[in-house]
Amino acid sequence: MERLIEIERLTKRFGGFTAVDDVSFTVARGEVLGFLGPNGAGKSTTMRMLAGFMAPSAGTARICGHDVQADSVAARRALGFLPEGAPTYPEMTVEGFLGFCAAVRGFKGADRRRVVAEAMAMTALEDVRLQPVETLSKGFKRRVGLAQALLHDPQVLVLDEPTDGLDPNQKHDVRRLIELLAPKKAIVISTHILEEVGAICTRAVVIARGRIVADEPASVLASRGAALDQVFRDLTLGEPVA
Amino acid sequence: MTPMLAIFRRELAAYFATPVAVVFIVIFLVMAGTLTFTLGSFFSRGTADLTPFFSFVPWLFLFLVPAITMRLWAEERRLGTIELLLTLPVAQWQAVLGKFLAAWAFCAIALALTFPLVLTVNFLGSPDNGVILSGYLGCLLVAGAYLAVGAAMSALTRNQVIAFVLAVAVCFLFAAAGSPIVTEFLSQRVPVLADIARGASLTDRLGGFSRGVIGLRDVVFFSAFIGFWLFVNGVAVDHRKAD
Repeated sequence: MERLIEIERLTKRFGGFTAVDDVSFTVARGEVLGFLGPNGAGKSTTMRMLAGFMAPSAGTARICGHDVQADSVAARRALGFLPEGAPTYPEMTVEGFLGFCAAVRGFKGADRRRVVAEAMAMTALEDVRLQPVETLSKGFKRRVGLAQALLHDPQVLVLDEPTDGLDPNQKHDVRRLIELLAPKKAIVISTHILEEVGAICTRAVVIARGRIVADEPASVLASRGAALDQVFRDLTLGEPVA
Repeated sequence: MTPMLAIFRRELAAYFATPVAVVFIVIFLVMAGTLTFTLGSFFSRGTADLTPFFSFVPWLFLFLVPAITMRLWAEERRLGTIELLLTLPVAQWQAVLGKFLAAWAFCAIALALTFPLVLTVNFLGSPDNGVILSGYLGCLLVAGAYLAVGAAMSALTRNQVIAFVLAVAVCFLFAAAGSPIVTEFLSQRVPVLADIARGASLTDRLGGFSRGVIGLRDVVFFSAFIGFWLFVNGVAVDHRKAD
């Protein structure tokens, strides 16, 4: 299997506080990795380091073989990243914003119009393409962020809470989209919605207090206990699994 | 270069997508015009040149330029878009330079819109247009210097008010360093510092330009000054991007 994401002993300290502590895992093409953990467990920090936004205190990560520190721009070229909260420039129109992201990624002229149109089609944004992002509902904003991460057809997708704030129908659409993309890419999604793991992930990594407490196929994780939230509680509160 | 150009375009368009551009340009033009014709006694001087205009511009820019730059990085940090921008495949210097050049181009547009003054002096007399052109170049360089300072201050904080106040304070330091009050005070007490203050003064440097003298030393000074503050900007973004 082709390992598109390799994380090696990644550690991040803020002063005396260790947010991410010696985290290692790899994600191969075709895998959808659910990155689980309570709020503040270090999910977003890990993803930010993977996206080259934060420098790790120790350890490193590679995307498609490019080190996120030493070969940062090449790593980010192969990556589609949805930051936490899906930030966008509020005064720009949907089309303008996606056009900007495409331009930064080096798409020009007709090529640029094509990738923007395709990304809007995938995330059902065509009807609002001329609206400023600030006038959109939370669900639409999230999808604009998603479209931005997808538009260059990246090998690796890192999505920080892609379904947060979406209604059940929109969640369903996003999951369908991820399923559709999964065979050709390596995907990491962070979430604290446990049903998502069973619905779309092939593998689950559970993180608590900065450390990995479980890394196994989603089905194995689910079979550890009667209910997935009980398994999650046991793992993240540090008590032994029954 | 492509990512930098894309950032430049987005930033410049953002000024005009919000009321920032209109407010800035209108206030700048009204104040520049008023000061030139009243305090600058444009008509009663009896000389066809723009010396009074050029002497007021740096003091106007002192307050108006930090108003443009205060949002440059602080706003990105507040909205969280800094995470988006810096995880796109752009080198950090491209983001820093793209934002700076867009702000500079915006100031250039505001300066260019003072062209009726040039037409007026040309109508009333026969000024040396070369001198006027060099005066404009000097103003543009002062704007660039203030912008570089302001952008660096904006990168240091996520609070726009703090960014504005810090930028005005630092710019004022460099603007006032060459003024008679400061240099006389220093030359009586610490003569060594008086020379340094005069050397670091932006308004002193502008004096040459508004007389039509484009000195190599002055151009080098402005380039180094802008370069230094852009470097500070880059370091500040790098160190404080996450909090």
